[in-house]
Amino acid sequence: MAAFIIRRLLWMLVVLFAISVLVFLIFFATPGVDPARQMAGRNPSPETIRSIKHEFGLDRSLPVRYGLMMKHMFISRDLISYGSHTRVIPEILSATPVTLSLVFGAAVIWIVFSILTGVAAAVLRGTIFDPFLMILALIGISIPVFWLGEVVNLVTQSRLHDSFLFSWVPPLGYTPLTQDPFMWFKQLFFPWLTLSVLYIGFYARVLRANLIETESEDYIRTARAKGLSERRVLFRHTLRTSMITFVSLFGLDFAVLVGGGALLTEVVFGLPGVGLLTYNSLTSLDLPVIMTTVVYAAFFITLASALVDLVYAWLDPRVRLA
Amino acid sequence: MAEPLLEVKDLKVSFRTEDGLVRAVDGISFTVDEGEVVGIVGESGSGKSVTMMSVMRLITDPNAIYEGEIFYKGRNLMGFSKDAMREVRGEEIAMVFQDPMTSLNPVYTIGWQIEEQLNEHYDLNKGQARRRAIELLAQVGIPKPEQRIDNYPHQFSGGMRQRVMIALALSCNPDLLIADEPTTALDVTIQAQILELIKNLKRDFGSAVVLITHDLGVVADIADRILVMYAGRIVEEGDKEQIFYDPQHPYTWGLLGSIARLDRPRTRRLTAIAGQPPSLINRPRGCSFRPRCPQAFDRCSVEDPALTAKVGGGHLDACHLSVEDKRARRDATINPELAESA
Repeated sequence: MAAFIIRRLLWMLVVLFAISVLVFLIFFATPGVDPARQMAGRNPSPETIRSIKHEFGLDRSLPVRYGLMMKHMFISRDLISYGSHTRVIPEILSATPVTLSLVFGAAVIWIVFSILTGVAAAVLRGTIFDPFLMILALIGISIPVFWLGEVVNLVTQSRLHDSFLFSWVPPLGYTPLTQDPFMWFKQLFFPWLTLSVLYIGFYARVLRANLIETESEDYIRTARAKGLSERRVLFRHTLRTSMITFVSLFGLDFAVLVGGGALLTEVVFGLPGVGLLTYNSLTSLDLPVIMTTVVYAAFFITLASALVDLVYAWLDPRVRLA
Repeated sequence: MAEPLLEVKDLKVSFRTEDGLVRAVDGISFTVDEGEVVGIVGESGSGKSVTMMSVMRLITDPNAIYEGEIFYKGRNLMGFSKDAMREVRGEEIAMVFQDPMTSLNPVYTIGWQIEEQLNEHYDLNKGQARRRAIELLAQVGIPKPEQRIDNYPHQFSGGMRQRVMIALALSCNPDLLIADEPTTALDVTIQAQILELIKNLKRDFGSAVVLITHDLGVVADIADRILVMYAGRIVEEGDKEQIFYDPQHPYTWGLLGSIARLDRPRTRRLTAIAGQPPSLINRPRGCSFRPRCPQAFDRCSVEDPALTAKVGGGHLDACHLSVEDKRARRDATINPELAESA
């Protein structure tokens, strides 16, 4: 177990290093990108550009520049954004709880509803409800999240805001959980639903397919031959083994979202999370912020894949000894 | 005469498919007495498994259609509710399946899987269920059962897993054990061990056993009575001596001729039965075995032979040939070298 954790931590460092180098090189290989020019404002004199380059270390060799950036990111933690000239680390740290709140809530909703839908569709196979649920799921997958978000906003913030249904919906934005839990909940309620729709649809379909596949396994027949109730066969045998795929998908999707993948939802609902930060840094080619958000996302993704492996070993004893 | 433990009366099982109705089991009747070992023999697709799966009502295919009656201890199982059937399954009739590698749930320990069945049928506390599971594992010959009980199925070999399956099936002392090709997926030395185990346990537990197999050699040792199935019907039924020493149906001859025998000189290749079993959707007119039968004559393509007693003594067969003809002709199929030297 300890060996497993150490191995995963080392692996995580390798991945983080590789990704940061890659992003760094891509950025400097991009033609027409000169951070010093951007920072110097309109019609700068060559002296100004040179002094800025010197100030930010941009006149040094590439490996040194990479080293300097890593030093500022991890050791002195005072990396400065090229665009806003603010410190990047505090900015990311203040955006993280917003994204975590959004993604955690959505994940709870999508786990509960995708399991309900997937199990219902598999159990009701052969009736009209199965194709009905699966078409519903397909619609959920196909709806673009920004469009759905805008429609939700249109309905809850504008058209029906004064009706008894939606008068409780607060204006867009984010209130920290520690400051006002009830407000936190109310502001995040519709973003949660909007973000989870795609995943409910996708996970329900995956789970249904897995349940139906598992249903034809010999050990399910054995379970029936033991005289177990259909409910027990479904929950303790079929669903239990079908969850293995579900869990591995979930870990990675969750990590991608925490790492900034919930960008569109954050933009539509005005949530100042990591996705929004990434989006802004990309549009202005703000290297320090891009680097930091990418390393941050990679951190969560490698962490999640390590956690998935742990849960996987718990779910499937066959991989434990391997 | 005492009431039989299991009595199947004119059972028909068919499946609706896009190509038409597949008559997997086409009107079969047989009985199993208490403590008796009945072997059901036939090639793949002859309906042996479907028959016994129907007894357990384990076929979940919504396209299956049943006709006929299955009496277990005088009660018609076909009329049982799902819950009543669950009481029968596992507790009164238990089943061992063909492939021990896939028949146990990979994510639970074998102890958990045995205790699950015990708890389903009996009111036991945790310690009692565990003790009983260890006892069962010891009875089926698993070494160090108190350690192995916490192992997962993938930590056992195929033969050991089949022993676990048998322990699972016997956990509630069933009156009827159905073993569906229990040795087919195992290698030959293990096959012999498992058959020996079934034989011994049958004696200890007093269960009746229905042994499904495609291999007459498997039932030779342990079966009291043998049913030979072909294309969803019973073509011959008799006790072990009758089937092995006085076989009446040409299909049985073919099966006997295809067994490798160590007590005879190996002078030539084993005889195979030519051709394929008939389509179960469009059964040929007359006898189902006629297209493959070297003995077929005019009557066979017109009239479907009924399963009747022709030699007496509970020995039934479905063939138009006269008993004398059969006795004269069968050696050519079963032991060609003996027939030639005669």
